[in-house]
Amino acid sequence: MENFTPYSALAGGVLIGISASLLMYLNGRVAGISGIVGGIFNRSTWAEKAWRIAFIIGLVLGGFIYAHYYPVSIVPREFITTTWLVLGGLLVGFGTAMGSGCTSGHGICGVSRFSLRSLSAVASFLLSGIVTVYIVKQFVGA
Amino acid sequence: MAKILTALLAGIIFGVGLVLSQMVDPNKVINFLDVTGHWDPSLMFVLGGGVITVTIAYRFIFAQGKPLLDDDFHLPTMLKVDKKLLIGSVLFGSGWGLIGYCPGPVIASLGFRLDDPLIVVVSMLAGILLYRAVSTS
Repeated sequence: MENFTPYSALAGGVLIGISASLLMYLNGRVAGISGIVGGIFNRSTWAEKAWRIAFIIGLVLGGFIYAHYYPVSIVPREFITTTWLVLGGLLVGFGTAMGSGCTSGHGICGVSRFSLRSLSAVASFLLSGIVTVYIVKQFVGA
Repeated sequence: MAKILTALLAGIIFGVGLVLSQMVDPNKVINFLDVTGHWDPSLMFVLGGGVITVTIAYRFIFAQGKPLLDDDFHLPTMLKVDKKLLIGSVLFGSGWGLIGYCPGPVIASLGFRLDDPLIVVVSMLAGILLYRAVSTS
């Protein structure tokens, strides 16, 4: 096992859970990032777009604030080219739009409601992610 | 206005949680998915911490009947597991495994680095709009 960090992972998970709970308690909304982003591009009212934009700004701000106090260092993976990043980003965007959710909306909010759709989605993207990493490893030998 | 501020606050907490849990590190995500190799189960604790918190909180929240600042809880109305859900999730998973980024972490990463995450965020938005164009045509 590599760099196992259960405590910070659990604490971070609880914070994500508190955020999702607040958003439901106050605004009655699911904290699903792909859904929140997608909704910005819907033909809807300004109020409907505004809270979504505010949440996304908050997300970036949260990253900024944390990194300001505790610098984040991420080891770059050399074999990842711009083409890979674009292809991966397209798949993530297209897939979450088609599958109506991602790791947060299905993985946290949906699973917490015991939604059969979300449980099926999580099983599908986890399995697909595991298979993809396995295949990529055969090529790059990482 | 209140709903905009509460969304902003929820976003900040979410972002801090993502960085603290290291979901913003693609290496960490890929090691989590690398069950046959350098497996790092940490992200299971992220999911676990989130799910346990929300499961408990939702029970109390839904018992209130309605949210504090809105007339209704906005929950998905679709209940059927269909092909679209499964194919979409498989495509998302393959992108996730390829680059180690899912939507939340890659956006939160823009708070401290602008190289790879910016490319991924722009491509992700293109992917969302591409799906819309394909599905409505």
